[in-house]
Amino acid sequence: MSRLATSYLGLELRTPLVASGSPFTRQPESALRMQESGAAAIVLPSLFEEEVVHEEVEFSQALEQGAENFAEALDYFPTVDAFESTADRYLLVIGQMKEKLDVPVIASLNATSSGGWVRFAKLIEEAGADALELNLYRLAADPTRSGSGMEASDLEVVRRVRESTDIPLAVKISPYYSALANFAVSVVETGADGLVLFNRFYQPDLDADSREVVPRLELSQPWELRLPLRWIAILRSHLAARASLAASSGVHTGIDAAKALLVGADVAMMTSAVLRNGREHFATVERELVQWMDANEYASVSELRGSASYAASDDPSAFERANYLKTLRSWNAPLDLTSRPQLP
Amino acid sequence: MDQQWTCIDGNEAAARVAYALSEVLAVYPITPSTPMGEAADGWAAAGKPNLWGVVPDVVEMQSEAGAAGALHGALQRGALSASFTASQGLLLMIPNMFKIAGELTPAVIHVAARTVATHALSIFGDHSDVMHARTTGWAMLASASVQEAQDMALIAHVATLRARVPFIHFFDGFRTSHEINSIDLVSDDDLRALAPEEDILAFRARGLSPDAPLVRGTAQNPDAFFQGREAGNPFYLATPGIVAAAMEAFERRTGRHYGLVEYAGAPDAERVVVLMGSGIGATEQTMQTLAAAGERVGLVKVRLYRPFPAEQFVAALPQTVRSIAVLDRTKEPGAPGEPLYLDLVAALAEGMDSAHPRFERMPRVIGGRYGLSSKEFNPGMVKAVFDELAAEDPKRHFTVGITDDVTHLSIAPDTEFRYRRPAGEVQAMFFGTGSDGTVGANKNSVKIIGENTDLWAQGYFVYDSKKAGSVTVSHLRFGPNPIRSTYLIERADFVACHQFGLLGKLNVLGHARDGATFLLNSPFPADEVWDHLPECIQEHLIDKGIQFWVIDADRIAAEVGMGSRINTVMQPCFFALSGVLPVDEAVAHIKESVEKAYGKRGPVIVERNFAAIDRSLKELTQVEAPGSVTCGGPSGIAVPDDAPDFVRRVIVPLLAGEGDLLPVSAFPVDGSFITGTAKYEKRAIAREIPIWDPELCIDCGKCALVCPHAVIRMKVYEPARLEGAPEGFRSKDFRSKDLPGHKLTIQVAPDDCTGCGVCVNVCPAKSKTEVRRRAIGMEPAMEHRDAERRNSQFFDSIPPLARDLLPRASVRGSQVLEPLFEFSGACAGCGETPYVKLVSQLFGDRIVVANSTGCSSIYGGNLPTTPWTVDRDGRGPAWNNSLFEDTAEFGMGMRMGCEARLARARLLLEGLAPRLDGALVRETIEAPQDTELQLRAQRQRVADLEQALEGLGNDDPDVPHLLALAGDLVSKGVWIIGGDGWAYDIGFGGLDHVLASGRNVNIMVLDTEVYSNTGGQASKATPRGAVAKFASSGKATPKKDLGALAMAYGTAYVAQIALGANDTQTVKALLEADAWPGPSLVIAYSTCTAHGMDMSKSMEHMKNAVRSGYWPLYRFQPTATESGRPFKLDSRKPSIPVRDFVSSEARFAILSRTHPQRSERLLELIQADVDERWRYYEQLAAMSRKVPSAEGGTRTDTGSADSPQHEEDPP
Repeated sequence: MSRLATSYLGLELRTPLVASGSPFTRQPESALRMQESGAAAIVLPSLFEEEVVHEEVEFSQALEQGAENFAEALDYFPTVDAFESTADRYLLVIGQMKEKLDVPVIASLNATSSGGWVRFAKLIEEAGADALELNLYRLAADPTRSGSGMEASDLEVVRRVRESTDIPLAVKISPYYSALANFAVSVVETGADGLVLFNRFYQPDLDADSREVVPRLELSQPWELRLPLRWIAILRSHLAARASLAASSGVHTGIDAAKALLVGADVAMMTSAVLRNGREHFATVERELVQWMDANEYASVSELRGSASYAASDDPSAFERANYLKTLRSWNAPLDLTSRPQLP
Repeated sequence: MDQQWTCIDGNEAAARVAYALSEVLAVYPITPSTPMGEAADGWAAAGKPNLWGVVPDVVEMQSEAGAAGALHGALQRGALSASFTASQGLLLMIPNMFKIAGELTPAVIHVAARTVATHALSIFGDHSDVMHARTTGWAMLASASVQEAQDMALIAHVATLRARVPFIHFFDGFRTSHEINSIDLVSDDDLRALAPEEDILAFRARGLSPDAPLVRGTAQNPDAFFQGREAGNPFYLATPGIVAAAMEAFERRTGRHYGLVEYAGAPDAERVVVLMGSGIGATEQTMQTLAAAGERVGLVKVRLYRPFPAEQFVAALPQTVRSIAVLDRTKEPGAPGEPLYLDLVAALAEGMDSAHPRFERMPRVIGGRYGLSSKEFNPGMVKAVFDELAAEDPKRHFTVGITDDVTHLSIAPDTEFRYRRPAGEVQAMFFGTGSDGTVGANKNSVKIIGENTDLWAQGYFVYDSKKAGSVTVSHLRFGPNPIRSTYLIERADFVACHQFGLLGKLNVLGHARDGATFLLNSPFPADEVWDHLPECIQEHLIDKGIQFWVIDADRIAAEVGMGSRINTVMQPCFFALSGVLPVDEAVAHIKESVEKAYGKRGPVIVERNFAAIDRSLKELTQVEAPGSVTCGGPSGIAVPDDAPDFVRRVIVPLLAGEGDLLPVSAFPVDGSFITGTAKYEKRAIAREIPIWDPELCIDCGKCALVCPHAVIRMKVYEPARLEGAPEGFRSKDFRSKDLPGHKLTIQVAPDDCTGCGVCVNVCPAKSKTEVRRRAIGMEPAMEHRDAERRNSQFFDSIPPLARDLLPRASVRGSQVLEPLFEFSGACAGCGETPYVKLVSQLFGDRIVVANSTGCSSIYGGNLPTTPWTVDRDGRGPAWNNSLFEDTAEFGMGMRMGCEARLARARLLLEGLAPRLDGALVRETIEAPQDTELQLRAQRQRVADLEQALEGLGNDDPDVPHLLALAGDLVSKGVWIIGGDGWAYDIGFGGLDHVLASGRNVNIMVLDTEVYSNTGGQASKATPRGAVAKFASSGKATPKKDLGALAMAYGTAYVAQIALGANDTQTVKALLEADAWPGPSLVIAYSTCTAHGMDMSKSMEHMKNAVRSGYWPLYRFQPTATESGRPFKLDSRKPSIPVRDFVSSEARFAILSRTHPQRSERLLELIQADVDERWRYYEQLAAMSRKVPSAEGGTRTDTGSADSPQHEEDPP
């Protein structure tokens, strides 16, 4: 077994470096290049039920528009027999990736209806995915819904998917739960095999000239790793070996990966750095990680993993609120300008 | 013999056989035959093989003439080939048909027989097209029902191979082509058993081959041609026998008996009716009813019409016959009789002159015309024909089905006559609109019943002539016996009205029988609905003892996410109330068909439909009708008091669906109609209408510019005009340096709006405090209609601004001009009509329009009302539609007409000059007429001139001639308008010729990139990668660059425009085209339902089409100088990938769902096409070119210096 080997959701990985969902993991050919560069597992971009439904409804409307309205034109499109929806295509890609890749293929799902979660989870399992990541992305914008109510319904989703599928299950959560540690542990207790920390919510922008809301995607910055670092450190201690933990957001270098592992992550997931530097970036990060391990005389990832978690840290309070004051004071003299958070 | 019962229409029945027995199908869309070609193309795209395992090559040609040419070629090479067509399409095939027959080549053309355009176009059914092909030498076989459309198709294909004579197989357009009926399908085994393999081998052997070369198609001289023409006679002599043999073989295989000429009725009949086609159904029912009552009547059904089986004809008639009525579904003006009549008279005369005449004395033969353009032909009319035959002195030539109060040829139908209706037959009528899914649901019900029960089923569907908010009436019959009632329902057991609003417009219960059931989709609950019903509906409900049920289908459909598709709510109610099927069984079948139709697209639509079905029956409620009529809601069609007499006498009955009752005298003798009638058709179909907010408005005029129906008007006027304005009438100060101190009002015509929302989408003026509010916004029509009616009426009373007060070249300057094209029946959000309207605003008071056939001729000229209208002086566009294929030539002829009249007028004026004011004469001849001011001055001169001429009296014979032509001294424009099907395909040869002619015509191509009017078939304007009919796996070849071809001449003005992308450039291009003294071609990007997009976003799509480089904007103005650069690229370098634009339209997006890999490849190619064209255009923009001849004109007075380049974005 190589010194970089790790285990995630019960899957044995060659290294702890995993490609999280991005345009680069959408197509089998592209995923293959990531594997060749060193990605130890591939997470597909999420299948969004909302998109599937929207497509179905829009399409039906478009194809039926004007039909049976006028004697000369009883319809406007040729009959469409075989129809490949976004979901079909997604499932097809899982199969193709399984054929092409040696590394585990992890599908990701964001559904909106309780039926949708279960239905698509089953289809993903049937398509051959090695594991499923539930992407619990949703905005708590409804003032009539309480935090506990939303948490309960999220847990219900995890429970129902767990009951209806057998493949390993990861749950990707946002950092915006009011009692994150409690919720995270509940997710594991409800049946998740692992947690992915965290989902980044892309905030839409406003075009001042047109006064229109525009989607804007910003790639992550290395400083964003600090949020998952803190929470992995805390959760690793509470969860011990009961669940895998994946650090997602802000992993850009081998050092970042090492930090994630130090606080207790089983894998470090990368997207932004790869989008910025190309698919071959995995090789660079792996090289950097090995160099760091050499320099710090770590023989294996298992030795490294969790060695600086909350419980194992020599200053656990640093991960909690006390750290806040230090952070504020440290702002006076930033040395590394590139890691400064970008102001909106 | 396995029986496979299915419910399909006549087109599909015939196409199925043609497909199975053909290798090449060369086609072209024309109503009502289009679905045959489409079905064949769909099967080929799906890889369905023909009988011999090969997928036929289905090719769409550029015209029917092209299809016939390709057919001829494929046949000559020895490939089994067929085609489908109708009407003018068949006429275009005729030259090749002579050749094909002359060469004794087996072939079949299946014809959904349709009226040939004469005083008017008609898409409906009669035999005027096929009768025109009588002389070609093709055999002609007629079907009378959907079953026969299949059976005769097969007999035709079999017989032609043996006979070597090509066959026209025809059936009645719409009545049979579009009727769905239960038929027994022929199986592949049947086809295999009947296919004449030996004859196929012989046919193959005759195919032209370099391995055994022959020459056909020689030119022959007087010494040879005649004999050669007679040499084929034996084949024609043999054909009836071959057809009879094919019919016998068919009967042995299927059990269905057919004869060349079949007699039915009393063996000792004295009165016999002879006819062919679908009218046989009504005739047979009537004849049987009369015969059962002991009357000696009979019927001769003609199946083989050419070669005319004269002997069989005479032999088929009972010897007892005394009088015969021959009914023709065609008219040959000036002929001694219609064709079938003359043929029968000749056959009888020859028969009587034989050695053994069949009759003691020649029976009396009378001839009648019926059913032109699908005019109803029902048992009451047939009864009248039998009655006429019994008359002592019957009309030798008559018409039936109309009231002819001019030449008094018509015989009156027996309205009391009822044929014997089979026990257990249920007749149901459904009134709906196109967008609510009523017809689709009824087609589905017919299939459910016809294919899952022992009952026979029939569905026939009547659509109106509007493309937005059109009314549909479905006629369904179900029963234990085959249904051969080939006419509309007269006494319905069940009536459903799917749209409450129709109650006030149509007498939906007029055809309900006593004790019928009435189902109403009502926004009012059972206990409130009564008082909202029109009086006539209440009367019917009470007088006929009708069971009355209501359901609020709109609410249910909206609640389950089905929008306006109420079909799955209404359909279970029909089953629950009609009792045709146990309701549980029916619901299960409905769900099954929903699953079948939508399952492949995903579960959501299926689930929503299921929810609608489940909710439906729970909310169906019976209404207890009170014993008397209460004060009911409004009913009837109201027109203003000042409406012209013609509108009251003719248009109003047509609008009320009572056109059949109008007598011959009501109609113009030559098809000329007054314009400006659309304004009397207040349809009130919009649920939401735009309301203007003057506080936010920035006076840009874009809302009025883009409105497809001219319901949003912009008026600028002096403040004093506001006197007497109703309360709530909106106005604001008009911001203009040109016209200070004026007021502006933007007004919607609430009853003419379709609610498309294009205006709101384009409005650039957003509220400062609430971004989503704009200066125009959609509001519920119910809340605003009354107030807006008052406002609109007052607004109409404000006179329009004089045409020369604001510069026309600006958008708002164009929008204060009165539209002379308004309230058309185009689709909601139509991308074409804003251009047509703009032309009418800019030039409408002085143009004639040559309009090609297609959407623009339908929304532009389809009765009952037409949108072209007049200004306050009574001037407006004069309009005509010639054909689909000749529009450019037609328009050029109009131009020549203008020139000829002008030349004569000038000559007369010069001749009379000594007697007139010399200065006036000189100015009238020489003054420029380029601006509105100059035009106004010229009109004044002409008025002065006319006055002076009146003063001269009648002593000079030239005076009345000049008076007749004086109006021609005011400059006239000719606009040639049509779609891409015309300009790129069928009419391109003529278009090219006219562009080359140098004549001063303006050609506007409304480019929807697809045949829109016939339902989305690919044209050469269809871009690569788009899915269309005949390109269902995405068109593989790029769009033809029509503009580049036109520019190649160097002498024509050419522009490519897109209103939503750059409206200033659009206005500018139209003005330049008008000003250019030679030919001008303006290609206008037009969004269309066939693009599969949200039509409220038409303008946004246009903008993105331009931004992505998919549709570059340019103007090419020939110059006379060496250094002139005639080509100006008016759009910016592409700024978004084409993918971003095309993926927003279903026509492209479908492919990524059906052929993902091909879609990717084609998307790359579309981008490459766009890049390459852009590169080419950039080079063109840098090139200088001059027109060598000065005659082409070098006018630059519209000024190209103030180029509207780069103005895609609103200010």
